[in-house]
Amino acid sequence: MNLPAWLPALHDLPGLPLAGQLINLCAAIMLLLAFAMLAQRRIVTLINLFALQGAVLCLSTAIVALSTGQSHLWGSALLTLLLKVILLPWILHRLVHKLSVKWDVETLFNIPTTMLVGIGLVIIAFNVAQPISEFAGTITRSTIGIALACVMLAFLMMITRSKAVPQVVGFMSMENGLFFAATSATYGMPMVIELGVALDVLVGMVIFGVFFFQIREKFDSLDIRHLEEKTKQE
Amino acid sequence: MTIYAFATQLLTQLLELVIALALAPLLSGWVAVCRARLQKRCPPPPLLPYHTLLKLFRKDVLLAHNASSLFRVAPYIIFSCMALASAIVPTLSTELLFAPAADAIALVGLFALARVFIALAGMDVGTAFGSLGARREMLIGFLAEPALLMVFFTASIISGSTSLATIVGTLAHHEFVIYPSLAFAGVAFTMVSLAENGRVPVDNPSTHLELTMIHEAMILEYSGRHLALIEWAASLKLFAYSCLGIALFFPFGVAESTGPGALAVAGVFLVGKLAFGGFVLALIETLNAKMRVFRTPEFLGTAFLLAVLAILVHLLLEGGR
Repeated sequence: MNLPAWLPALHDLPGLPLAGQLINLCAAIMLLLAFAMLAQRRIVTLINLFALQGAVLCLSTAIVALSTGQSHLWGSALLTLLLKVILLPWILHRLVHKLSVKWDVETLFNIPTTMLVGIGLVIIAFNVAQPISEFAGTITRSTIGIALACVMLAFLMMITRSKAVPQVVGFMSMENGLFFAATSATYGMPMVIELGVALDVLVGMVIFGVFFFQIREKFDSLDIRHLEEKTKQE
Repeated sequence: MTIYAFATQLLTQLLELVIALALAPLLSGWVAVCRARLQKRCPPPPLLPYHTLLKLFRKDVLLAHNASSLFRVAPYIIFSCMALASAIVPTLSTELLFAPAADAIALVGLFALARVFIALAGMDVGTAFGSLGARREMLIGFLAEPALLMVFFTASIISGSTSLATIVGTLAHHEFVIYPSLAFAGVAFTMVSLAENGRVPVDNPSTHLELTMIHEAMILEYSGRHLALIEWAASLKLFAYSCLGIALFFPFGVAESTGPGALAVAGVFLVGKLAFGGFVLALIETLNAKMRVFRTPEFLGTAFLLAVLAILVHLLLEGGR
């Protein structure tokens, strides 16, 4: 793919090119946002952080596309932009508004403990990713560890939250991390798979939306613990 | 080292100390002006801190009956710690006489020494507010210190030395590279310096409500020149932290020689960056509300986390460079 003339030739730079540095920066911001989401108490801010993470993911995908000339990555960047920056946060905001859940997010552990566990997870993820990234031949390979850490932090968020909406945001954020891992390890999955995953997430979101209302109608609350009690009784 | 080099380094060192002593109250005044403007209040004159200092120096010292000698000595120790701290931060030039002694860990130690003495002095008279403030100060101190050390370690790993002059020299004069780890460390450093200087999310320097005080509660019993020295030390601390932030994260413009031209350019850069930094500080203080004292551990825990992440990110993303 030919670059427009006004753009600097990112893939011509020697050493670690500027593009690689920018991707590293994006990766670091992704990690920071994952921690911010883990620490966030307010649900509306949580959704905004999720949208921001999507935006950073979109940006980093676009940079990879620009610097490697993999044209299908433009598609996945566009998909990320439409789905994770605009559509999903909009749906979530609407759901939160309709359910009128503006309470502070309830956590099962206190936040500093969660953060410390998070640091431990990051260290594990970095260690696990080290041998993997040596096999990858991409310029973005050192970010695999960060992508893995994002996935694990999102997972931790799902575990430590007791309400349904933050859990769903955690799930979406996990998908962000996976997407980032795919981009950094192999320059993205084939378009068909990406489209499939994106559609899955969208459909999942719709189903979750219906679920929220069902859960609340049944238990007068969005606390997932009520569901566990229900299954124990039966 | 020739005598000539020694003399110029000594002169530069003295110049830096004098600049710190002279500019520190102005920085505090500038922050107050920015803050008032941002909050649509009528700003105080920017030179107000100098008038306050002058007024306090002229006044008599009133001592409590049960004040020990420690109470009288503490202001001098705190002031000299802060003056030394702002002298060893390479703000104008990296060619300083104290540069071999200007170790990042020693700097943290200097801050800790001042903190211990101000806390002891706060408890010395035995008033309730004094010991309340001292205990809160120690709570904040013991949480902020590891985060500050981690920030320094990040910069040290990048530049391969804990000497401040080497760190600044390395960071200021390498080719342009984006360090995500330094961005993390910068955020952590900002949070630590807000807490250490008693700024808004943690403490309010202009509060009159004793129950929420931290720094002010400890110095309630001080008057006259003692109070003046402590106030001056507080503005020196703010100055030292601002210069540290500038030196670590925006080091361009720092002179590597002791020539008068280079120093003048570095001085202009320094004043510009300090003015901007003061504005940012006022902005942070305006946009945030003071948090509960028991939220502070979480705030500083986040700073520590960011600083640890900075090191991890450096090892993963920037390893070997």
